[in-house]
Amino acid sequence: MTVALRFSNLTLGYDRHPAVHHLDGVVETGDLLAVCGPNGAGKSTLLKAIAGAIQPLGGQVERLACAAQDIAYLPQAAEIDRSFPINVFDLVSMGFWRSAGLFGGLSRKREARIYDAIASVGLTGLEDRPIGTLSGGQTQRMLFARLLLQDAPVILLDEPFTALDSKTTADLLDVVARWHGEKRTVVAVLHDDEIIRRCFPKALLLAREPVAWGRTADVLGPENLLRARRMVEAFDREAHECEVA
Amino acid sequence: MSGLHDLLFAPFADFEFMRRALVGAMALALAGAPVGVFLILRRMSLTGDAMAHAILPGAAIGYLLAGLSLGAMTAGGMIAGFVVAIASGAVARATALREDASLAAFYLISLALGVTIVSLRGSNVDLMHVLFGNVLALDDATLLLLAAIASLTLLGLAALYRPLVMETVDPLFLASVSRAGAPTQLMFLGLVVMNLVAAFHALGTLMAVGLMMLPAASARFWSADISRMVVIAAGLGLASAYLGLTLSYHSGAPSGPLVILVAGAFYLLSLVLGPAGGLIRLLRPRRHLEA
Repeated sequence: MTVALRFSNLTLGYDRHPAVHHLDGVVETGDLLAVCGPNGAGKSTLLKAIAGAIQPLGGQVERLACAAQDIAYLPQAAEIDRSFPINVFDLVSMGFWRSAGLFGGLSRKREARIYDAIASVGLTGLEDRPIGTLSGGQTQRMLFARLLLQDAPVILLDEPFTALDSKTTADLLDVVARWHGEKRTVVAVLHDDEIIRRCFPKALLLAREPVAWGRTADVLGPENLLRARRMVEAFDREAHECEVA
Repeated sequence: MSGLHDLLFAPFADFEFMRRALVGAMALALAGAPVGVFLILRRMSLTGDAMAHAILPGAAIGYLLAGLSLGAMTAGGMIAGFVVAIASGAVARATALREDASLAAFYLISLALGVTIVSLRGSNVDLMHVLFGNVLALDDATLLLLAAIASLTLLGLAALYRPLVMETVDPLFLASVSRAGAPTQLMFLGLVVMNLVAAFHALGTLMAVGLMMLPAASARFWSADISRMVVIAAGLGLASAYLGLTLSYHSGAPSGPLVILVAGAFYLLSLVLGPAGGLIRLLRPRRHLEA
């Protein structure tokens, strides 16, 4: 197996406070890896570092599959200005930025791929709709269509299914499965253990420090989950037990 | 028929300075409109105003050093504008201070510095020209400058269009796929500065922003499509230039302010009549659809 990403003694954080502490390990090419753990465990921070959006406090991330800018990254809270006058087709076409650049035209072939991508996330017919008129689920489908066009060897998803209904989640999981079939490397931050067990062969349980990394069934064992919870409670001052019955 | 001719065409047919004014104002309107549309979409409407203030001291210093020289005042204005744009952009990116606050800080420093230098020199400089411009006294060199800046602006916007749209709609996405975000923002601010410097020769620094923002703000009431907004804004700007100059010729009122007032009248009309969020549409909404 070839290695897509390698973390060596990686420490990430904000204002010198570590959010991810001394992480070592490799993500192999073609891995479908779920990153899970309690809130504040450093999951989103890890994805940002892989995408190159933040610099490590210590250690390093090696991107062996491709440059940081060729990694497709879907952040947790996309900062999309939904009032901007742009339609679904044009927004999805942004996925071609790396190949089209400033002046590259939308050839017939590219146009067909845009329609294909929109169709594979089930938005056919909404191409001309302004993005501000889409629902939350439709917006996420649109962003997945844009990821499809990026044609990236490594894809990072930060809580991609949060606040989505089960139909939308299932449709987008199909897209993820398709990427996995195409031997792309997918790393997704997820909270739903059921989805992780069903769809993700490998998992990394993070609680600031790595708790377990490997086959999902082993990682998500009761002992590991309990340990992760204790580790977070140990450092999260705000995590008092709820007194209200 | 000859009455209509006298009213609408004679001022420009008979007088060269009116023709020059018209060409100059049209160049400003054509380039200013798309810049204004992007300023509005990026929620930077007041940035134009702040930049106009930042340019003033640079132009004034140029005037002090070299008199009423096109080159010196243009260079001074551009330098002051770019320094403020780059410094405030850099501070916003590198520190916790947001763009609007850092821009306010730098343009105020620039303005105060300029006024101080001018008063220390003690000369009774006539800054009226810089403050209010004179669209009726555009010479060949100034017209060429306006035309060159307009052409450069349209070419620049064509080149910047994609990253600028992406940076406005989804800055995180652009940052994840390229490093074009920061240079795009800076080059766009550069275009804003260039257009304001061009406009102060004709309209003065105080009104330079008018031909940029008013048509763009009006266009928002007529369409929610960005390319249509640009076309509508340019059309309204051109119409304001022509009508303002014609009205000024017949009434004897100063031409620069009248051009802006006509643009303002178009804005008020659009605010009331515009189909995309105008007042009439808000007060008398159409019935909802079945699906």
